[in-house]
Amino acid sequence: MSNRFDRRKFLLYGGATLGSSIFLKACQSPDTATPPETDPGTETPPDTTATGDTIKVGILHSLSGTMAISETTVVDAENLAIKEINAAGGVLGKQIEAVTEDGASDWPTFAEKARKLIDQDEVVTIFGCWTSASRKAVLPVFEEKNHMLWYPVQYEGQECSKNIFYTGAAPNQQIEPAVDWLLENKGKEFFLVGSDYVFPRTANNIIKEQLKANGGTTVGEDYLPLGNTEVTPIITKIKQALPNGGVIFNSLNGDSNVAFFKQIQAAGLTPDKYPVMSVSVAEEEVRQIGTEYLVGHYAAWNYFQTVDTPANTKFVEAFKAEYGDDRVTNDPMEAAYIMVYLWKQAVEKAGTADDLEAVRAAAVGQTLEAPEGTVTMSGNHHISKTVRIGEVRDDGLFDVVSSTDGPIDPIPWNQYVPETKGYACDWTKTDVDNPGKYKI
Amino acid sequence: MNDIIPDSASRFAQSKKQKQKFLIEIATVIGLLIIFAVIMPLVLPEFRLRLLGRFLSLTIVALGIDLIWGYTGLLSLGHGIFFALGGYCLAMYLNLQIPEGTLPEFFTLYGVKELPLVWQPFYSLPVTIILLTFIPALVAGFLGYLIFRNRIKGVYFSILTQAALLVFFNFFNGQQKLINGTNGLKTDTEKIFGLLVSDPKVQLNFYLLTVLFVFLTYVLCRWLTSGRFGRLLIAIRDDENRVRFTGYNPTWFKVLVFAISGAIAGIAGAFYTVQTGIITPSVMQVGFSIEMVIWVAVGGRGTLVGAIIGTLLVRLAQTFLSEKFPEVWLFFQGALFLIVVTVLPAGIIGGIRQLMINIENRQKVVTYPAIDINPEIQAEKEELEHE
Amino acid sequence: MSIFLEGLFNGISIGSVLLISALGLAIVFGLMGVINLAHGELMMLGAYTTFVVQNIFKGFGEPWFDFYILAAIPFAFLVAGLAGLALEKSVIRYLYGRPLETLLATWGVSLILQQLVRSISSSLSISIAIFCLLWFTPLFFLSRRSNWQQIKSWAIAIILPISLGVATLTGILINNTENKSLTRPWFSARNVDVTAPSWLRGGFAFENFQLPYARLFIIGLTIICVIATYWFLNKSTWGLRIRAVTQNREMSSCLGIPTGKVDALTFALGSGLAGIAGCAISFLGSVGPNTGQNYIVDAFMVVVVGGVGNLFGTIISALAIGIINYIIIVGSSSLAFSLSASNSGDLGFINLVDFFNFFATTSMAKVLVFALIIAFLQIKPAGIFPQKGRGVEL
Repeated sequence: MSNRFDRRKFLLYGGATLGSSIFLKACQSPDTATPPETDPGTETPPDTTATGDTIKVGILHSLSGTMAISETTVVDAENLAIKEINAAGGVLGKQIEAVTEDGASDWPTFAEKARKLIDQDEVVTIFGCWTSASRKAVLPVFEEKNHMLWYPVQYEGQECSKNIFYTGAAPNQQIEPAVDWLLENKGKEFFLVGSDYVFPRTANNIIKEQLKANGGTTVGEDYLPLGNTEVTPIITKIKQALPNGGVIFNSLNGDSNVAFFKQIQAAGLTPDKYPVMSVSVAEEEVRQIGTEYLVGHYAAWNYFQTVDTPANTKFVEAFKAEYGDDRVTNDPMEAAYIMVYLWKQAVEKAGTADDLEAVRAAAVGQTLEAPEGTVTMSGNHHISKTVRIGEVRDDGLFDVVSSTDGPIDPIPWNQYVPETKGYACDWTKTDVDNPGKYKI
Repeated sequence: MNDIIPDSASRFAQSKKQKQKFLIEIATVIGLLIIFAVIMPLVLPEFRLRLLGRFLSLTIVALGIDLIWGYTGLLSLGHGIFFALGGYCLAMYLNLQIPEGTLPEFFTLYGVKELPLVWQPFYSLPVTIILLTFIPALVAGFLGYLIFRNRIKGVYFSILTQAALLVFFNFFNGQQKLINGTNGLKTDTEKIFGLLVSDPKVQLNFYLLTVLFVFLTYVLCRWLTSGRFGRLLIAIRDDENRVRFTGYNPTWFKVLVFAISGAIAGIAGAFYTVQTGIITPSVMQVGFSIEMVIWVAVGGRGTLVGAIIGTLLVRLAQTFLSEKFPEVWLFFQGALFLIVVTVLPAGIIGGIRQLMINIENRQKVVTYPAIDINPEIQAEKEELEHE
Repeated sequence: MSIFLEGLFNGISIGSVLLISALGLAIVFGLMGVINLAHGELMMLGAYTTFVVQNIFKGFGEPWFDFYILAAIPFAFLVAGLAGLALEKSVIRYLYGRPLETLLATWGVSLILQQLVRSISSSLSISIAIFCLLWFTPLFFLSRRSNWQQIKSWAIAIILPISLGVATLTGILINNTENKSLTRPWFSARNVDVTAPSWLRGGFAFENFQLPYARLFIIGLTIICVIATYWFLNKSTWGLRIRAVTQNREMSSCLGIPTGKVDALTFALGSGLAGIAGCAISFLGSVGPNTGQNYIVDAFMVVVVGGVGNLFGTIISALAIGIINYIIIVGSSSLAFSLSASNSGDLGFINLVDFFNFFATTSMAKVLVFALIIAFLQIKPAGIFPQKGRGVEL
C-alpha cells in the first residue's frame, strides 16, 4: 500500500517538477539573464544596444503559413539591401545584423514576435509585416514601446502612426489614380471584386466614393472569403451587372486571384470588353497565375520591373545575381529594399541608431533615388511616389502604359471618404493637438 | 469496464488510500499554484510572463476539451468558435471604455455612425463577464443539441463542428462594420479601470487571474468528473447505447457537458485576448482548433493534469522551434500528431503510468490474489474514478 | 429559359468540382470508416504532379504540350495513389476502428505534406532516401528472423536513431556545401502556375453565355470517374472483395479474402481519385501548399449529406449543394437588383434589398449553406441515403 502511495506521489510531484522546471528553463531566455527595465509609460526610447560592432535590426514577416508566399520575397529584398549596405561599410561604421522572426501568418504571433524583438533582441528598428491585419496587430506594441516599424506594402490608408514609416502606396498613390485612369480610358461602370478582409473593403469604400464624385457608377461588388476558389457565381453577377462590358476592379489577393483569372477567361470575359484593374497583382503573382490568363489586363503600382531608371537596372541586376536569374522584382520588394536605405540615411543624419526620437525626426525629408524614381519621406511618415499603370505583356512583365509626371505626395486620411475628409497628418507639426489626425 | 465489488476490508483500505491520495493532490495543486502565482512573476521578465499567461489561458481551454473528449468521447474540432466568442465579448467591453458618445475608432473607417445593437450590452463589466461565459455556452449548447438529438456522433460530430468553425470564421471575417472583420479588435491600447490594458500592472493582474482560473477550472472539471456525473460521462464515452438502454437520455448530458466546455473555452478566450493584445477571426482557423486537441492528447486524454502539461509543453516547443527553425515546426507538429496517436495513445501522463506499472511489475510478484490488486486493473479504475 | 439553363449548368459545374473532390473521400470514409483529413493534401499532390508533367511536356514542344493533360491524369492518380498506399501501410492500418485517432493522425500527415512540398529539395530528398534505406533494409532482414518479436523493440530503438541521425547529418552536410542546385527547393512556398492547354481555355458560346471548356472537361472527367468507380466496385473481382469486407470483415477473412490487401487497395483507390481531383482543380484555381485546405471541409460536407457508403447519395448531395450555393448568391443578388430597380423609396423595401444583398456575398452564402445542411440533418440525420441495417448504431 505504501508502495502505491509512493507511486502516486512520484507521479504528481514528478509531473509538477517536470512542468515547472521546463518552464523555468524555457522562460529564461538564453542570452538575456536580466532584461532591460523599460518603462513604457514615459517617452524615453528603449535602452537599446548599439555599443558593439553591429547594429541589430529586426525582420518580422511570415516565413510559414499562407502569407509566406508573398512575404518571403520581401524578406529577400530586405536582406539584399542589408547585405549591400554592409558590403559598403555599414551604418555609422557598424555592420547591420538582422534578426529574423517568423510571424507565421498569424496576427497574434506577429504581436508576440514584435515584443520579443524589441524586449529580448533589443533591435533598433523592425522591418516587417505585409497584411493590414498584421500591421494593426503589432501597432499597439510599437506604440506602447515607442518603437519603430518600417512597412513596405501598399495599403488602404486611414492610419497614420508616429511609430510606423510606410513605404508602400497610400490609396491616393495607387487606387485613386488607377480609378481616374480607368474612368478616362476604359469606362464608367465598375464592378468591384475583393477578398473578404479589410484592405479590399476599405479600398472599395474609397472607390465607391470616388466614383460617386467623378461621374462613374458602381454596378456591383462581391467579396470572396480568403482561399475560396469558386468564382462562378461572381462571374454570373458580373455578367448580369455589366452585360455589355465594363471595368472590373480587382483587389483579390493570394489564391483567389488565380482562380479568378483562370475562370473569367474561360467564361469569356476578355480584356477588350472587361478589362481588369488589379491592385494586388505584381510580377511575382503574374508568374503564379500564368501569363496566358493575364495578358491585356492592368495593374496599378508605383514600381514595375520594367521601369527605366538607372537605380532600377542596378537593383534588378543585384537581385538576380543574389537570388537567381529566374526571379522577378515587384513593387513591395522594391519598397522593402528602399526602406532599409531610407532608415540608413535617417540613422546617418541623426548620428545614432539608438535614439529613436532623433532617427524619426531625421527620417522626415530624406530623399532617395529609388528604382521607382525619386522618393521623399514626408511629414506624415509616408513617402511620395510615382504612380504607374502597367499592362501585362507576353513575357509576364508589365508595359507601363501611363505614369505620373513626378512623385505624388501621400495622403493617408482619405479625402473621398466623408469621415476622414478634411483631416491630415503631419508629425513635424507642433501646433496641433494630435499631429496624427488634425483638421486642416 | 470491470465492475468489482470490493470486500469490506479492501474498501476500508481503499478509502484510506483515497484520502491520502486526495491530500497529496491538494498539496501538489497548492504547490503548483504557489509556483505559478508567486514565483513565476518574480523570476520571469515581463514579456515572458505575458507569454506564460497566454499559455496558461490555453490550458483552460484544454481542460474544457479534455472534459468532452477525454471523458465523454466527443472530439470537437470547433472549440475555436467558443474561444473566439469569449475573446470578442471582453474585447468589445474594452473597446467601449471610451468617452461617452464616441465610437470605437475603427467604426469611423466604415462610416458606421451608431453603435450596433449587439455592442450595447458590453458597456457594463458584470454583463460582459456573464455574457462571455454564457454566449459560448449557449452557442455550444444549441449546436450540440441540434447534432446530438439526432444521435449524430463520433466523427460526424467532429466534421460538423469543423464546418461550423469555418462558417463562423467566414462570418466574422466578413463583418467589418460590426466587429472590424479580419483586423479584429485591439485590446492593448484600451483602458480598463482607467489603466491601459498593456500596463505591466494590469497584465500582472490578468496573469494572476489566469492562474486562479486555471485552478478553478481544474477544480470544476475534477468535481464534474468524479462522482455520478463523471461516471455517466465515461459511460457515454464507452458505450452510449447501453447508457440509453439503462434509462438515461445521453443527449441532455452531452449537450450540458458540451455547453460547459464551451463556457470554459469562452473564459480561456477572454484571458488569451487581453494577454495577446488583439482578437481576430484567425483564432477560428481550422488548424488552431485541431491543435487544441493535440495538447490534450500529448498530455494524456482523460487526465486533467495531462491537459495542462500537454498544452504548456506543446506551446513551449512551438515558441522555441518556430523561433529557431520556422521551417521545422510544421514537420514537428505533424510528427507529434502521428507519434501521439500511434506510439503514445495515452499521452505523457498515461505513458508515465504505464512505465510505472511496468517497473512495479518487474519488482513484484506477477500473480495477484485478488483481481483488484492487479496494478493494471487499479490503474484503469483510477483513471475512471479520479483524474 | 437561358437564365435557367445557365444556372443549371453553373450549379452542376460547381457541384462537379465538389463531387470529384469528395469521390475519393466517399470511398475511404464510406467503405472503410476512415476520416482522411489528408485528403486535401493528396489532391494537392495530384495538382503538383500536373505541374511537373506540364513542365516535362513543355520540353517536348508545341503539338505534345497540348495533350500533357492526358498524361497528367494517370500520373496524378498514380502519385496520389502511391502516397495513399504508403500512408495506409505505415499509419492508418494500425488505427482501424479508431476513427478519432485516424482523424488526428491524418491531420498530422497533412501538415507534414504541406511543409514537404514547401521545403522539398534535392538535399532533403536525398536525406529521406538515406533514411528509408537505413531504416527499411535492416528491418526487412531482421523481420525474417524467428525471434523477431523479442528483438523488435530493441531493434527499433537502435536503428531508428542511427538512420535518423545519418540522414539528418547528410542533409546538413549537403546544405553546408552551398551547392545551390541541391539545396534549392523544387517548388518553394510559392504557388506554381499550371496552365491549361490552349484547347481547354476559352469556352463554347451558347446563346448569351459561355460554357467554359475547363468546366465541361471537369464535368466529363467527373462522370468518367464516377462510372469507373461504380464499375470497379460493382463489376470487378476486387470490387466484390471490397464490398464483402465492408459488409462483414470477419466472414470475408474466413472465406479467404485478404482483408489487409483489400484495405490498402481501397485506400489507395480513394487517394488516387483525390489525385485526379487535384489535377482537375488545377485548371480552376491555384496550385500551392494550401490548395488542399480549401476543399477539404466542403468535401466532407458532401459525404455527410450524401450518406455514408453510398455513391449515389454523394452524387446527389454534391450537385444539390452546388446548385443551392449558386442559387443563394446569384438569386439573392438578382432579387436585390430587381427590387432596388423597382424601388419606390419605401423603407421596408430598402430593408428587404439590404437583406438580400447581405446574403448575396460568397461568405454569407457559405454560412447559409451550412445552416441548410444542419437543418437537413435534422430531418435525415444519416444523410440522403442512410445505410440500412439492423444495428442500433445509425
